[in-house]
Amino acid sequence: MANTQSMCTSFMSEILTATHNFGTAPTRGTSAADTFKAALYLTTATVNAATTAYSATNEVSGTNYTAGGVTVTNATAPTPANSSATAGVAYWTPSASITYTNVTLSSAFDAVLIYNSSQSNKAVSVHTFGSQTITAGTFTLTMPSNTTTTALLRLSTT
Amino acid sequence: MATVFTTKGDLDESLLEKREGFIDNDHEYTTWVEYWHEGELVHRSAHVMLKKAAVWLNPEVAAIG
Repeated sequence: MANTQSMCTSFMSEILTATHNFGTAPTRGTSAADTFKAALYLTTATVNAATTAYSATNEVSGTNYTAGGVTVTNATAPTPANSSATAGVAYWTPSASITYTNVTLSSAFDAVLIYNSSQSNKAVSVHTFGSQTITAGTFTLTMPSNTTTTALLRLSTT
Repeated sequence: MATVFTTKGDLDESLLEKREGFIDNDHEYTTWVEYWHEGELVHRSAHVMLKKAAVWLNPEVAAIG
């Protein structure tokens, strides 16, 4: 047997469930999962790693689209998986496609912001795709498979 | 006959011109469909399938001493 310097994979998964707090965290009234939402942004927007929270600035607008977007289905908790004594990954993916139904979004958009509507709309991630418009139609974002190598969010050590 | 929800209400698909396309790259596989009526775009839907995670983090621990 030998000891190995490593970040514990369980810790990475527990980061995703707010188990650890090294600073000052929001007071939670419940242990239930937060509500996450998905908002679409115009090609003229600037949402990126520096984005800290949802903003309506340069968000898409149009028929049947509600500012703030739609709720993300979250039925599967984050999963930790070790690959060696030093490496592992914790990952999470929404458990259903993100769908905007019967919308008209005439201005081109190319990004979706996932954010936490339970915690002051704080930003989680930005995902981009080819520019789109929608006319009296449905826009669907299908998630990648929830695996160690393809999940939407991954915390990984190598 | 199938009907299509359009800017002019539900229209029979046989009255419409259908155009389709796709984007296929390392990042996404996207399909889109358009229906045109008398030269006017009356319906456009798109389906984006993200192929891989756009977010990849690599936390590390430092050696002590």
